[in-house]
Amino acid sequence: MTDHEKISRREFLVRGGKAAALAAACTGAGFALHVSEKFPFDSHDDKALVRDLRIPGIERRMVLARGESPVRITRAVIERLGGMKVFIQPGDVVVVKPNIGWDRTAEQAANTNPDVVAEIVRLCLAAGAIRVIVADITCNETERCYQRSGIAEAATAAGAIVERPVEAGFRSVNMGGAMLGTQLVYRTFLEADKVINVPIVKHHSLTGATLGLKNLYGILGGNRSRLHQDVHDSLADLGNFLRPTLTVMDAYRVLRRNGPQGGNLADVEICRTVIASTDPVAVDAFAAEKWFGLTEEQLPYLRLAEKYGLGSASYREIPMNELTD
Amino acid sequence: METRKTYHHIRNARRISQAVFLVLFFYLLSKTDVSSFPTNGGLQRLNTPVALFLEFDPLIAFLTVVSAHELYQGMIWALVILTGTFFLGRFFCGWMCPLGTMSHLVSAIHSGRLKGKSRLEANRYRPYQRWKYIGLAVFVGAALVGAFQVGLMDPIALTTRSLADAFIPAWNLFMQSVSSAFTSFDVGSRSSLFYRTGRVFEFLATRSKPVFFQSALFLAVIFIGVLAANRFITRFWCRGLCPLGAFLGLCSSSAVFGLQKNRSACTDCNRCALHCQGGDDPQPGMVWRQAECHLCFNCVADCPEAGLEFRFFPGRRETKAVPDIGRRTVLTSLVSGIAIVPIMRAETGLKKGVEPTLVRPPGSLMEEEFLARCVKCSACMNVCPTNALHPTFLQAGFEGMWSPMLVPTIGYCEPTCVLCGTVCPTGAIDEITPAEKGWVPMRGGERHGSKPIRIGTAFYDFGRCLPWAMGIECIVCEEWCPTSPKAIYLEETQVLTRQGEVRVLKRPHVDPTICVGCGACTFACPVKGKPAITVSNTGETRNPRNSFLLRESA
Repeated sequence: MTDHEKISRREFLVRGGKAAALAAACTGAGFALHVSEKFPFDSHDDKALVRDLRIPGIERRMVLARGESPVRITRAVIERLGGMKVFIQPGDVVVVKPNIGWDRTAEQAANTNPDVVAEIVRLCLAAGAIRVIVADITCNETERCYQRSGIAEAATAAGAIVERPVEAGFRSVNMGGAMLGTQLVYRTFLEADKVINVPIVKHHSLTGATLGLKNLYGILGGNRSRLHQDVHDSLADLGNFLRPTLTVMDAYRVLRRNGPQGGNLADVEICRTVIASTDPVAVDAFAAEKWFGLTEEQLPYLRLAEKYGLGSASYREIPMNELTD
Repeated sequence: METRKTYHHIRNARRISQAVFLVLFFYLLSKTDVSSFPTNGGLQRLNTPVALFLEFDPLIAFLTVVSAHELYQGMIWALVILTGTFFLGRFFCGWMCPLGTMSHLVSAIHSGRLKGKSRLEANRYRPYQRWKYIGLAVFVGAALVGAFQVGLMDPIALTTRSLADAFIPAWNLFMQSVSSAFTSFDVGSRSSLFYRTGRVFEFLATRSKPVFFQSALFLAVIFIGVLAANRFITRFWCRGLCPLGAFLGLCSSSAVFGLQKNRSACTDCNRCALHCQGGDDPQPGMVWRQAECHLCFNCVADCPEAGLEFRFFPGRRETKAVPDIGRRTVLTSLVSGIAIVPIMRAETGLKKGVEPTLVRPPGSLMEEEFLARCVKCSACMNVCPTNALHPTFLQAGFEGMWSPMLVPTIGYCEPTCVLCGTVCPTGAIDEITPAEKGWVPMRGGERHGSKPIRIGTAFYDFGRCLPWAMGIECIVCEEWCPTSPKAIYLEETQVLTRQGEVRVLKRPHVDPTICVGCGACTFACPVKGKPAITVSNTGETRNPRNSFLLRESA
């Protein structure tokens, strides 16, 4: 008979109870978290999202103005469309989406003209917008693009919030398009009440020109350079996903060659033109033909976009006013 | 008693000074953003002098003079610390050094654990404190034959590198992941509490995009090791290993300021040694090691009598002014330092086997000159806006470990950016202007100077390129190519699809007479993992041995 150290009944119950409680808790947790099926192959059943920010029932038309001052011709085209009040309701959060893609100065015509952007900001604020945000997902380093383009300074002076995108701000969105399914979109463009697309007319060696719908590329994150593999389907899908309230196309300086970055002033033609359009497709078709001699047959995305009901690829069917300042 | 009070004030002043310099150091490191860019090609400048601590480092100054034979730009500031040390001693170690202050803080935990005699014993002068002089002699030897190696251990370079490459990125990564956890809850309501909390964390990050560095974990482990050693031996790094401490210790042998011991007033209470930082034996009756003293003023502030005082022109009866190291040891260490260099170079073959991926930042000097100056401080990597610069491991040989290299799959070199050259304290990367860089026409369209500074050349891997190998349309590299005219040009060709249809495609080519090696094409290439176009240092301007074209410009 060995000499056992005796424990009390109480201690026996407490120690046994502890072990049993731990075992029960872990077993319970294990069964609660247990999944018997394999991981679902496709967990994306989000409904396709469409951001239709157009003004319901608005007439499709274009206004073109030529003149020395980018500010004045911008103001003129908006005025002729009925003024910014047609597009902006008091209290709206408006995102102005210029092209700020590259580390280039305004003279090099790789980014939207800062004066055009600033004037749109002022008009939006005057129309009662509670907040006007200027943002773009740049190609080159953000701060450098924002500043050297002159847009950050001009837009800030005009009263806009110039937003520098952050990594955490991208949201996974199902666009439900023919080519573009789930994409990363920057939150600002998902949250805005109104989006004004302000592209610049530039040469591009794949499509011949980069215009309004291509400018929407700048709302995306992730490996977006894949879009060029089927650029026309992608552009039509992008236009279908984000239908801007208004397109104001900057053709004050047009980059005729070596787009979309340019760099050499010899590639830049001074055209002193701004076009505003409630039809994002027609304005692209017009600019493509006017500056690059491209017909709608050469730009299949125009037809696709028309098919989706985004506008008219035959721009001549759309009423157009021309103004000279 | 009045003087005791004064010493308490001085000790408090030292504590404030340590806090101020530590905060300043962190502030300068976190302020790497350039907030204003010249829009028309003027000289780009940082608003904050982020390399200030490096420029005030007399050891970096001295050894670049030895290895590169010049005192570059802002390194002249190091004379402030150097001349101060000639008169006062190692005030830098006790009052200013950020690594010293961090070690001091960690050591404070250690000394709290020790009591009585063991604590006194821990603060006695020990023979291991000579190691730092041996190390310094090795570094001097290497510098004599043109290898600047002290950056491996210089406390300012070490701390800058560890924080910039490991701890600041880790901080940002953490802040950004917390932020996205909060903000991703709701799309649409900018005013919600979650959203606002998330934006606060976003604000705490020092950069808007997370940055990553090769070798970050390795660097972090070394730094944590340096700090953790203080848990066992008070200020082990400062006492035993720091080459800057050794250098300032040598310089302080001429100091006219120092400790005067007053044996008659001493009651042998030994309180003076309880908080001694340097391990320099301040007790009366022992030999005070001037070269080890950090001027922390703990001994005089703790002395309850008048047994110790700091004064100008003290007597030296109980003082040893020069470090306790023999001439023969110094000579042996010096010779070893000299000998290490050809051995390192025999392995890497600085003149022959150039590692092709070793693309140096624009403005870098030729490799030998570069290695004679590079502090391995990571200031250039910290300031690089695209996260393109990374510490090398063995790509530049052991001699070039932790020097900068461009990794275009992570970031490319911005065409008009010259920030790395503006922060480089020793001019390993020359301070070029955007116009001198010459990648994009600045000001009015014409290029300044005839040739751009090339850092390498891009080459296609046709087996991975979508239009070349798979008949898929893609012109992204051409789109991103920043030179004007573009170095990448397109050739329209017909290809047969698998179904036998004819498809018209544009296939890219590189014009090597225009390519500058920026890596934008590699960065943008949609073929991830191993892009279809990569940059090697072939054709870099700084190295004539690496040129490959007979006619170098178009």
